[in-house]
This record gives sequence, structure tokens and C-alpha cells, in this order.
Amino acid sequence: MNAAAATRASAPTTALGVRRLCKAFGGLRVTCDVTLEVAPGERRLIIGPNGAGKTTLFNLITGEVTADSGAVILNGEDVTRIPSRRRAHLGLARTYQIITLFPRDTILRNVTLALLGLSKLRWDPFISLDRQHHLNDAARAALARVGLDHLADRPLAQTSYGERRRVEIAMALAQNPKVLLLDEPFAGLSIDERRDVQKLLLAIPREVTIVMIEHDMDVALEFAEQITLLHFGEVIVEGTRAEVVADPRTREVYLGH
Amino acid sequence: MKTLALERAGIILGIMLLATLPFWVGNAYYINVASQILLFAVLALALNILVGYGGLVSLGHAGLFAIAGYTAALMLENGYGHLAADLSALAMVLVAAAVFGVLALRTTGIGFLMITLALGQIVWGVAYRWQSLTHGDNGVNVSSRPEPFGISLAGPESFYFATLIVFLVAIAAMALFVRSPFGASLRGTRDQARRMNALGYNVWLIRFVAFLVSGFWTGVAGLLFIYYNGFISPQVAALQTSAEALLMVISGGTATLLGPIAGAAIVVIMKNVVSAYVERWNMALGIIFVLIITFMPEGLVPGSVRLAKLGWQAWRKTGATGRAARETAS
Repeated sequence: MNAAAATRASAPTTALGVRRLCKAFGGLRVTCDVTLEVAPGERRLIIGPNGAGKTTLFNLITGEVTADSGAVILNGEDVTRIPSRRRAHLGLARTYQIITLFPRDTILRNVTLALLGLSKLRWDPFISLDRQHHLNDAARAALARVGLDHLADRPLAQTSYGERRRVEIAMALAQNPKVLLLDEPFAGLSIDERRDVQKLLLAIPREVTIVMIEHDMDVALEFAEQITLLHFGEVIVEGTRAEVVADPRTREVYLGH
Repeated sequence: MKTLALERAGIILGIMLLATLPFWVGNAYYINVASQILLFAVLALALNILVGYGGLVSLGHAGLFAIAGYTAALMLENGYGHLAADLSALAMVLVAAAVFGVLALRTTGIGFLMITLALGQIVWGVAYRWQSLTHGDNGVNVSSRPEPFGISLAGPESFYFATLIVFLVAIAAMALFVRSPFGASLRGTRDQARRMNALGYNVWLIRFVAFLVSGFWTGVAGLLFIYYNGFISPQVAALQTSAEALLMVISGGTATLLGPIAGAAIVVIMKNVVSAYVERWNMALGIIFVLIITFMPEGLVPGSVRLAKLGWQAWRKTGATGRAARETAS
């Protein structure tokens, strides 16, 4: 009781902490001793060349891949041993680099499923999901945030790639996360679409801590406050935007190409 | 709005046809065939929960079907009443489904199929070889049908109506399930299990509960079967029963409400009616399945809807061009 009260009273200074995280697939070490401290409300960018272990780091944070050693701390709570699905209930949401949506459903149903995942209603076999207006209204609101509310009833199979990227983000936002992991949200988008997505990301309130993997430096640098550079699974450089961009190691492994 | 009204009219018409069937069929033989179709439709609907909505293809449902049947038959043989026997059978099939589910849901896809197949074969083996319990090949006789509220189900008509009521409850439950949040959750695990997990769903538990629900209705079908047949033997637990149930689901249309019913009708009619005229009815059934898979790979019910729509469009088009031609001619 006292311990619980204590944790609630002292707001954690890190929204997302990663402590000495390691992961190897066979002999290939994809994450080596990675430590991150992301402050509440921070916008963190993770960069690194292909194969640097960025997406694996996300998978370790969400628990979709189990770490060999190290710890993941979410809002002051050690979630390393907590299964992936429970972490969603603790305020962690993510998007996927490779679009991972429900192709047979409408856009609205995709987002409704995101909301249903955190609702006890998901076990109910007798009521009609279409008539759960609070869920569907909340889903429409999330779609409005990404500018897709006018396409809500369109089957996902009939949407463009750029629209699907935004559905990915809408599903994560609908869950009202405390920590949001965005895995290359600009990948494959046209210049106009990039601008739209950038705008909607900038509109996300500061209650949400955002960690983003992105290759497109033009849009990503503007968004990020802190940048972490990964290379071969290790943190090479970390600091403010200016520090990381100015660092010669960044130029060497990343910007130099 | 219009399709909804059409749907309602179709449902009412269907129920009226089924409710009056004994009066316009008349012949006891065909009333019994109708009872068989309905009871196997319950089995196919149960299997469709896993195959259609869960994306989990089971070849072990004959095992569950037989476990319910044997439990009730053996208890009746040992002097228990119908209520006790039937409730025990349903409890037993839930336990068996839980065991099947825990073992088979370690994987999906081919792995799931092979484990359910093996489990079904174990049930068959027990039914066949554990003679002191199951009387082996001799099977177990079920000498009486229950008499709910004092109504005898001994005649084909009364048994048909009892089966119809169970069938209607099953399909109503299924119709609710399909539209429900849990139904959406199950379909989500079929289409994008990884995402469902990340969204906070317990994918394994959703599949497990679906397995239990499927097992329960399979048990209900098993009970209807022994009361219909008056007898159960190891053949009921054989792979062929599982395969036939799966064919009913796939040929009728997976993940549809009416598909499994249409599939059950085809299989039962071929087995009972066509076999009286064509000796190689198994081959005829095979040809029908090949035709369905070739021309309607999505199954008979969704396939017919698609072809009907195409035909309607083509008819309207030719009608329109015909009118246009007449107008230009005049």
C-alpha cells in the first residue's frame, strides 16, 4: 500500500528507461548494452544505418522480443518480465515499419480494434460491436486527428499506402498512450504526405512521450529534441540535436553516406 | 436499409420453411434426413468458429464429437438419466476441448492441424481398443431419447423439432458472436495476431476460449447424433468424420453463417439420398467438391452470392443495351 502510494506520489523522471539491454540472435548481437533515458514529454529520435538494431530495440521495449539481459522501465515500473500485451495496458503503443493492419476490415474497424484492446468489452460475445457508440466515436475522433475521418467506412484494402501509414498512427493514438514508439512513420510517403504526417505528429500533446525511428533526416531532425545514434546494436552518440549532428562519428557512420 | 429488410425477410422465410418442413415433406425418411442436416450443421457451425473466424484448421473435432456421444451413451447404459448423462457429456467435452486446446494452441497452421489430428486419432484409438469401457467395435446402444417436459422425441417429427430448436439456438448464438466484440477479437487474431498482441489482446486466451466454445457446440451436435442414431461406434471418432465436417465448412464457405449449413446439407444429402441411386456416391461428392473449389473457391454460399450479383449486373446491362438498341432503331 505504502509503496504503491510512494510510486504514485513521486512522478517518475523518466517515461521510458532502458537499462543495459542486450539481445543476440544466434551469434549476431543486435542489441549490445543499450541504455536510454527518455524524459516525460520528450521527443527522441533514434537513427542508425540499416541493421543497426533500431527495430529490434523497439521490439525489446514492447516485449515482442525477449531480452537476453537488461531491463525496460515504463513510467517507473520495471516491465521486463511483463508480457507484451500487458505493456499496452500500461500505456505503451507502437506503430510498425512494415504496415501491420487488418486488411479485411474498414479503417474505422481497425481503429476500433485498437480501442477494444484496452477495453473489458473485448471478451463480450453477445453485444453488437457496431452499437458500441463510445468506442466507434472515439475511433472516429482518432481518425480525425490524422485527417482520415472522411474515409472511416472505407475498407482498408481500398486505401493508399500513405493512408495506411496514418491508420497505423491513428491506432496508436487511439490507445491514448503515455509512451508512443513510431517505427519509420514517414517510410514510403510522398513529400506532401510527409508534411501531413509531420504536422499531425507535431500536434500530439506533450503528455505523450515519443520515441521515433526515422531515416528521413529532413523531417525527423526538426521533430527531435534528443537523438540517439545506434550502430551495430550499440549507442554510439547521444545528445541534443545540435550535438549529434555536429559529432564527427555521426558523419562517419550515418550522415556521411 | 433495403438489404437489411431483405435479410430479415429471408430469415423469417427460412425459419418458416424449416418449422413447417415435416408437413410438406411428409415422408419420415426425408424428415430424418433433415434432422441429420441440422445436427451436422451444428457441428459445422461449431467447427467454423475455429476454421473460419479463428483461422485454426482442426482435424480433431470427430474426437470431441465422439467424446460427448460416448459419455452420454455409456452413462445411459449404466442407468443414469438423460439430464445427468447430457450435462456430464457437455462437461466432459469442455474438459476434452480444454486439453485439446492447451496442446494444439502451442502452434497455429499446419502444426495445429497435425496436433488436432493426432488427438482425434487418440480418441478413436481409445474408442476402438479400450473394450472394457467402450465395447470396442460393438459400440454402445442408446435405447431411448429424452422426454423434455414430458414430450416424447421418439417419432421423427418430434425429434426433428427438437433438433431444429437446438439448431436455431446455435445459429442465433453464432450470429450474435460474429457481430460481437469477442468475434472481432477472434477475427483479429486470425488476420494479424502480432498486432493484436501489441494492442493489448491475449491472443492465446482468445483462441483458447474460441476452442472451448467450438468444443461445446461440437458436444451438443454429438449428443443430437447419438439420440438420432441410437448408437455410437468408434467410426464416429474416425478421421473421416473430422474431414467431412471440415469439408462442410470449406465447401459451404468459411467465416459465413450460412456456409456451414449449406455444406452440411450437401454432405448429408449425398450420403443418404444420392447413395441410394449412385453406388459411387463418394466419387460424386468428390466431384461436387472439386467443382465448388474450382468455380467458387470462397465456398458455395459466398460464391453463389458473387455469381448472382455478376449475373444480375450482366442481365441489367444487356437489358439496358437492348433498350438502347430499340430506341435507336425506332
